[in-house]
Amino acid sequence: MKRYTKDHEWVELEGDIAVVGISEHAAGELGDITFVELPAVGNDVILGDPIAVVESVKAASDVYAPISGTVKEIHSELEEDPGIINTSSEGDGWICKLDNIDIAEFEDLMDKKAYDEFLKED
Amino acid sequence: MGRDVELIFDKGAPGRRGSSLPAMDVPKADDFPEELRRGAPPRLPEVSELEAVRHFTRLSRLNFGVDSHFYPLGSCTMKYNPKFHEKIASLYGFAALHPLLPQLRRGGALTQGALAVIYETERLLSAILGFEQFTMQPLAGAHGELTGVMLIAAYHKDRGDKDRKVMLIPDAAHGTNPASAAMAGFDTKIVPTDNDGNVDLEVLKSLLGPETAGIMLTCPNTLGLFDPNTKEVCALVKEAGGLSYCDGANLNAIIGRVRPGDLGFDVMHVNLHKTFSTPHGGGGPGAGPVGVAEHLVPFLPISRVVKRQDGTYTLQYNYPKSIGYIAPFYGNFAVILRAYAYLLTLGRKGLVRVGENAVLNANYIRARLAGKYEVPYDRFCTHECVISASKQAKQDVHALDIAKALIDRGFHPPTMYFPLIVKEALMIEPTETESKEELDEFINAMLEIAETAETDQDALKNAPVTTPVSRLDETLAARKPRVAE
Repeated sequence: MKRYTKDHEWVELEGDIAVVGISEHAAGELGDITFVELPAVGNDVILGDPIAVVESVKAASDVYAPISGTVKEIHSELEEDPGIINTSSEGDGWICKLDNIDIAEFEDLMDKKAYDEFLKED
Repeated sequence: MGRDVELIFDKGAPGRRGSSLPAMDVPKADDFPEELRRGAPPRLPEVSELEAVRHFTRLSRLNFGVDSHFYPLGSCTMKYNPKFHEKIASLYGFAALHPLLPQLRRGGALTQGALAVIYETERLLSAILGFEQFTMQPLAGAHGELTGVMLIAAYHKDRGDKDRKVMLIPDAAHGTNPASAAMAGFDTKIVPTDNDGNVDLEVLKSLLGPETAGIMLTCPNTLGLFDPNTKEVCALVKEAGGLSYCDGANLNAIIGRVRPGDLGFDVMHVNLHKTFSTPHGGGGPGAGPVGVAEHLVPFLPISRVVKRQDGTYTLQYNYPKSIGYIAPFYGNFAVILRAYAYLLTLGRKGLVRVGENAVLNANYIRARLAGKYEVPYDRFCTHECVISASKQAKQDVHALDIAKALIDRGFHPPTMYFPLIVKEALMIEPTETESKEELDEFINAMLEIAETAETDQDALKNAPVTTPVSRLDETLAARKPRVAE
């Protein structure tokens, strides 16, 4: 089950690994994504650190770590084909995977229902 | 592609020439090394003089500039650039000056006029904006920003204040601010905007501390709003040991009415190519002079023009704490010269009216568009107003479609999708040089577009139809740029 941040990142657990991406809402707001700057594998990140940059025809936005951990894997295909985020932001369009995570931080994030509510208020 | 955008290489015919030259009467140089020779002759256009003239004249007529059209590109202050400035800048004594001349022996005596222009413009800016000194060196707005934050870094370093690594930047600041701060080695933190469009003071207070190097405040901000708490923001930052930077790109709104130095800013850049009416947007290079309060003067870049006791001017380089060279020579001299001409022609009273009329024009547009378009921060704005196409977006007509439709109606589109904190943003900056008649034509076009958005969305989706090419594939151009061909 995915959890979401107020900055529109999502995170999903695969065992001890956290998969990170940006929400469908965020991808829709950004429009066609033209470039993704990925983090370096092995980087330690703290919750809220900028870990990636997503550029679209409209804007360049930081992607913030929704959870603390170490970058274990990056989705390098995005460098060649950033449009994957537009076609499947919450599936094939994942950005990176983190390990050494703190499950408590995950639990603190919004579930899908709470995030949808948050979007309505926003 | 229509004929209007045919390349000159696709015109003419093999062997056609613009002029006929006599046969070569000197021997051909054939001792040129083989490996340096090209395999085939270069592909040059083969056209008559008339074809060349028509080609470029046609292209020039497709050009879109403030001399031909209303250009309300928000944040860019596309005001009219009086032709008198061009006349001044083309005076032989200025135009033919060599930049090395003042550094040659006795060159100083031959360049007193040019040095006086730099010095006097620097003094005028200092007086108008409330700073101790300006450097005229930076060659663009963002270059000025970088210079400004480098001065802040030098100040903290000189005091041994090593931990001040965080530059605070409101989310209503210009997008170049975080980039400039990062280039100067700072970490950036975002300060959110409150519901009224001002800096969120409570969050600001929580972010201030021993790591604070300073704040970069765009004043007025990119919502086109003057933050009434600006003085307090500067005071809070000062109390925490930081410095306040004023991004002066939006200076047009407040010039002559308030001096940023008096509000508590320690450093600021101005854009001569915006507020001070020098050409830009493809029309010429920019200039981003940086003004500083007294405590930052020792760090200013070199060279500096100083006035001797006998009234003559000279270049000085001996400032041990200076951040050094940031540009070759003395800045974009011809731009500084035009700005000087602008300041002298307007004078003290004229300069105040610039801001007044710019603000009046923006508010006129805001008030007249308010019913048909959403105005997210609906209060008295400054030199530009930010409206939103959110009402039209419900009919699937977006800010982009409105911008494209304006092209067909003879107007340059406003800035779109900026500031980022407004959805479907259209940022309109009319400047003071437009007449009410021109503003009315623009407003009527905007109102007509809003009506069309209700009834015929496709008409807007297909715009522009009056240009040689319609919508270019911006996504493909950004994803797969072909810059080598």
